[in-house]
Amino acid sequence: MIEVINLRKNFGDHKVLDAVSFSIEKGRSVVIIGRSGCGKSVLLKHVIGLMVPDSGEVRIGGELLTGKTERELLRIRRRFGMLFQSAALFDSLTVEDNISFLLRREKQLTPGQIQKRVDEVLEVVELQGTHKKKPAELSGGMKKRVGLARAIVYQPEILLYDEPTTGLDPVVSDSIDQLIIRVTQQLHVTTVVVTHDIRSMRRVGQSIIMLSNGRVYADGSPDTIFSSTDPTIYRFVNGISDSKEKNF
Amino acid sequence: MGHLIKTFNGGILQLGELTILAWETIRSIVRLRPNGADFLYQLYFIGVKSQSVVLITGAFTGMVLAAQAYFQFHKVKMDTGTLALVSVSMCSELGPVLTALMVAGRVGASMAAELGTMRVTEQIDALRTLATHPVDYLVVPRVLATVVALPLLTGEAILIGICSSYAVGVGLMKIDGAYALKNLLYYSSAETVFQGLIKATIFGGIISIIGCYKGLNCREGAEGVGRATTEAVVMISISILITNFFLTLFLSRVLAP
Ligand SMILES: Nc1ncnc2c1ncn2[C@@H]1O[C@H](COP(=O)(O)OP(=O)(O)OP(=O)(O)O)[C@@H](O)[C@H]1O
Ligand SMILES: [Mg+2]
Repeated sequence: MIEVINLRKNFGDHKVLDAVSFSIEKGRSVVIIGRSGCGKSVLLKHVIGLMVPDSGEVRIGGELLTGKTERELLRIRRRFGMLFQSAALFDSLTVEDNISFLLRREKQLTPGQIQKRVDEVLEVVELQGTHKKKPAELSGGMKKRVGLARAIVYQPEILLYDEPTTGLDPVVSDSIDQLIIRVTQQLHVTTVVVTHDIRSMRRVGQSIIMLSNGRVYADGSPDTIFSSTDPTIYRFVNGISDSKEKNF
Repeated sequence: MGHLIKTFNGGILQLGELTILAWETIRSIVRLRPNGADFLYQLYFIGVKSQSVVLITGAFTGMVLAAQAYFQFHKVKMDTGTLALVSVSMCSELGPVLTALMVAGRVGASMAAELGTMRVTEQIDALRTLATHPVDYLVVPRVLATVVALPLLTGEAILIGICSSYAVGVGLMKIDGAYALKNLLYYSSAETVFQGLIKATIFGGIISIIGCYKGLNCREGAEGVGRATTEAVVMISISILITNFFLTLFLSRVLAP
């Protein structure tokens, strides 16, 4: 479903992605992990065609993204839902209008049907009664959940979540994890989750991809990753800083 | 020297990108039906909220022009030419240019700031993931509304300018009102007015395209937004002044009776 081949991206002379390759089959859920600033968000933006790689290619269901015009990409992006790390809600629109944005523009459902979908999805993310609020009136965690609602409401085939549970309390985090798992299984959605949350990794990921130094450092099932004796992986999943690294 | 070449190249690049944006906008207007509600909201924002600025500009330009014209004409006993001079210069040059410059400060700046903020907070990216082209959703309503609003605002400024010049000329300087009006009508032809309105339409396009361009290409952070806003106003103002000169040459040929 998603194929990434030799993807490279530099910002100026800062190498962020340096030959990243992996593929994800339809209906599977994959967790991407890696140190802060290692390029996980940048990678997701390449997968959905928001950023153009310096070289390498991305294919979605066999279709090549690289080299397509913005208008052609829009059609392909309709198959995606994406939750941004910063939620990226439209701050001039209410919660309700944010969530129904794409459905209202497509004009395929009646206003009544759209309203029903919005109500349902707001209930799923436990935000009933916030319909008329503006993003500025919401807490960080609430914004995240509205962003999540906006990504799943039109039932896309592929969902990209950039740190869905960061900044949420443990109870809500748990329900978000359950939600991601449920959406993946019930709708056969291909799911990519970027997370720093060890508990989510174990629960959500059928496999885990670890990025390091702009490359895929490890790619395997949660069990192999968590039981790995490789020092870099071991330190990452157990949260141990390297004493040889001079941070401060 | 190296710096100069770099600036020059940057300028050419921007001009190219602006042309592409303008082309995308026109294509989107022709192919897809623009959203009426978004257009009306922008029209309201640009038209209604620019009223005070445009009225004050029109009135005081007309008044100072009337006073100065009277002082000069009075020396050669041509007092009744005052209003005609005000009318012709308001219609063809000052009305469109001053209105456009004032609207650039208000509307062009706010477009750059709004779209710039949307860009740095990833809202533009979010729009693109929701299968919506930023040009369709953000640029088209703004450009259409500005192109429609600016001739109307200019007409208003011209009208107010002439009325206030009448008040100054006839009320304050005691010119003979009937003769002054007769001269006014004799010297300001329909072409003069038309020239002003065509200019205003083009300036509307310049303001909105550059405002949106600077916003969409904004750099990171609050500083980026601030810079985009300033650059938008400067670039719009300079483009208006330069375009105006060439439009005057061109239109006076085309519209000459
Ligand atoms: N638009 C950009 N321009 C320049 N550099 C960028 C840009 N976007 C990202 N970067 C750089 O790319 C690197 C990777 O950024 P990215 O946001 O992908 O990190 P991340 O892995 O998502 O980190 P985190 O876990 O903290 O979210 C960073 O060093 C950042 O400085
Ligand atoms: Mg990130």
